[in-house]
Amino acid sequence: MTLSLNRRNMLGALGAATLLPTRLAYAAAAQGERRFVFIIQRGAADGLATLAPLGDPAFESARGALAADFAGADKLDTTFALHPALAGMGALYSQKQALFVHGVGIPYRDRSHFDAQNVLETGGTKPYQTKDGWMNRLLALLPGGTRALAVSPTVPAALRGPRDVTSYANSRLPDPDAELMSRVSQMYAGDKQLHALWESSMQAKAMAAGNDDSGQDPVATGKLVASLLSGPSGARVAMIETGGWDTHFQQKGRIERQLKGLDAMIGALKTGLGPAWNETLVLVATEFGRTVAPNGTGGTDHGTGSLAMLLGGTVSGGKVVSDWPGLAQGQLFEGRDLKPTLALDAAIAGAVGAHFGLDPALVLATCFPGGGSKPIGGLIRA
Amino acid sequence: MGDVEIALNRFGLGWKAGEAPPANPRRWLVDQIARYDPAPAGIAALPRTPEQIGKLAALQTARTERRQDRAEAANEPAPKAMTQPAMESRATPSSQPRPEAQLLKPLRDSYVQAAGARMAQAVATDTPFMERLVAFWSNHFAVSIDKGTVIGLAGTFENEAIRPNVNSKFSDLLFAAVRHPAMLLFLDQAQSIGPNSLLGQRAQRRGAERKPGINENLAREIMELHTLGVHSGYTQADVTEFAKALTGTTVTGLGRLARLLPYDSGRAAFVEQLHEPGARTVMGKKYAQAGEAQGRAILNDLAAHPATARHVATKLARHFAADHPPPALVARLEQVYLKTGGDLPSLYRALVESPEPWSNPGAKFRQPWEWLVAVQRATGLVIPAQGGQFSLNQLGQPTWRPGSPAGWDDLAASWAAPDALLRRVELANRYSRNLATIDSRTLAPRLFPESLSEGTRTAVARADSGQQALALLLVSPEMLRR
Repeated sequence: MTLSLNRRNMLGALGAATLLPTRLAYAAAAQGERRFVFIIQRGAADGLATLAPLGDPAFESARGALAADFAGADKLDTTFALHPALAGMGALYSQKQALFVHGVGIPYRDRSHFDAQNVLETGGTKPYQTKDGWMNRLLALLPGGTRALAVSPTVPAALRGPRDVTSYANSRLPDPDAELMSRVSQMYAGDKQLHALWESSMQAKAMAAGNDDSGQDPVATGKLVASLLSGPSGARVAMIETGGWDTHFQQKGRIERQLKGLDAMIGALKTGLGPAWNETLVLVATEFGRTVAPNGTGGTDHGTGSLAMLLGGTVSGGKVVSDWPGLAQGQLFEGRDLKPTLALDAAIAGAVGAHFGLDPALVLATCFPGGGSKPIGGLIRA
Repeated sequence: MGDVEIALNRFGLGWKAGEAPPANPRRWLVDQIARYDPAPAGIAALPRTPEQIGKLAALQTARTERRQDRAEAANEPAPKAMTQPAMESRATPSSQPRPEAQLLKPLRDSYVQAAGARMAQAVATDTPFMERLVAFWSNHFAVSIDKGTVIGLAGTFENEAIRPNVNSKFSDLLFAAVRHPAMLLFLDQAQSIGPNSLLGQRAQRRGAERKPGINENLAREIMELHTLGVHSGYTQADVTEFAKALTGTTVTGLGRLARLLPYDSGRAAFVEQLHEPGARTVMGKKYAQAGEAQGRAILNDLAAHPATARHVATKLARHFAADHPPPALVARLEQVYLKTGGDLPSLYRALVESPEPWSNPGAKFRQPWEWLVAVQRATGLVIPAQGGQFSLNQLGQPTWRPGSPAGWDDLAASWAAPDALLRRVELANRYSRNLATIDSRTLAPRLFPESLSEGTRTAVARADSGQQALALLLVSPEMLRR
């Protein structure tokens, strides 16, 4: 079903005072059972290619060749269909453990990855305005012993701040270099000397690496994170960084691989967590969306409105939450992008707050101060 | 590439974060000659040559004593039960490390410390042109720690022989470099003995195991690498004569001469008893001077030789203009050398005032050390000493370890190799992870205000994270060349 909310009627869906947590004294220094994982999609993932509004009359004409990805796709409801690569997520949706918030945006409206990721991670309203990350501020609201973890060699901006955060990565994690390597190739394309050297080094690397051609292993990452979230002393808050979403050219094949990887990562996470999946909330979000229309190289350029996904045992799933803006020309943001009609901040605060038994308004004020929106309710099982 | 970038990159070590670009690029470079500090704090704080020679002497003494102990032990009859007496006598219980290990460690540590200080100085300096010249001359008079005795001295060589003399006459620099203990040890001069010297005669009379004699290594390399250049007309006879003239210059307290010449000052010394007596003839000229003055006179003439002027001019032109140095530039520098008697600041000024280094942008491929320094200057990244040496090893340019007295090659073909390029990309990727706050879109035009290419600008702008953008910028064509 599609729960169509608009910005007016979703206000105050949750009574603030009634949801204040009542913590037992002995629990103050220990951590709870609830787990939260933020999977950031760096590079602006195409929400329309992930969850397509097949029921929107403008969809096929607006998306052109990109609409073909959804030929024969099963609709989740009367409007939306998941990309066929997301089979695992489709199953979660049927089990009411997956929820999609479509047409979301951060407060930032320009189209720079760096600025937007900074806003998404710091929880500020402007780039580089806030020094620490919203996940680090969230820790201040959680029991004192709550452990947080970044699954990367260093701590990403969302987790940075005064509260201690560890970081862990092993060599079997997705190799961030794969994407960098292809960008380096592009950058050297016009430089005769460097192009030749680079091609030669890539050939040598491929030969040396044998069948391990990409180094990408999202299943290993999912497994790893599940193990790090397990047990009484495991982490309860974690962040996973994914890249490769910046599909400026030949989007069709790339987005399929990306989504398959994401689907597999979440599947491995669920399997690895076992019963703890029932205490888990996974948020998948990106800094902004992509253009509705394809560009001249079979891809899409930087856009605005995008998609957030909530997955896990505590999610009040099986629905798409959206104040759908429409894809007809007159309905687009600046004539090109999906218009953001819901605040991503409000969705995160609503979900994370309810998940941890915190006041979502307090979460919003702490993690995303200055946004001015109200938390979205109904995202987590009561 | 405009003049600002040429000054910053081709002559310098890259733009340093926070610094205003030079308003007058040529003036900025020339002014550095006067502003140059030969002993900046980080360098002056390092251990000096006498201390290092003392450590080396102690290490060698410990080794000699152990060898003697072993020899004595081997002469005693082995107990019957012991099946492998030789093995037994060599084995050292793990709880008792050899005393040498403890003596070697400070020398190894001081190498890392000195190499780190060199990198830190290059990153911090506000006279980067002069720092480049320090590296240039240090490489021209290369010593290599491949030779174990040099490990604690390569840094003191650069700091005490090269740094104080980069603004001198070439002859002064030459004297200082070839007379430093690191060079005397590296090219075997310290053990070179005139066969007719006092000590040489004494050893022959004693019927010494090893016949004392000259070692031509330093003499040959001075002629071939430091002064005249290969194929410039000198003969084997000239090398031998020059080697004889150089005998007597040594380091006391080291090697097999230590028993006769105990450690004293920890510096190079001229020991008359080692010097081959008599007049020498080198390249048709007779040198009748006594003692150390003889070698000095030859060095003086080598420094003043037109072949040396051409050799030095060619190397400077290759380093600052192009792999195939423009003949007009070489000729001009050569003339300045000859006219000024090898006055190095005059050569530097001529280089800056010549048109050739200001054209043909990107003609030079940055060597690993230059690139690593430029990366740190641009980003503010601080690579610790050990990490810096690790990276330089990975990139194929370990500090003071060119492996050959010819030093590091100064041609793109030596550095622009597939694997080396891949390693720069890998390192850039690693470094950029710790530099998440840098906005490469604003950094790129600061680094390359005049020549930022559309390809690099686009790659940076389209990167899917700040980290990726910086990694791309650090390996961009602009960053890899100068």
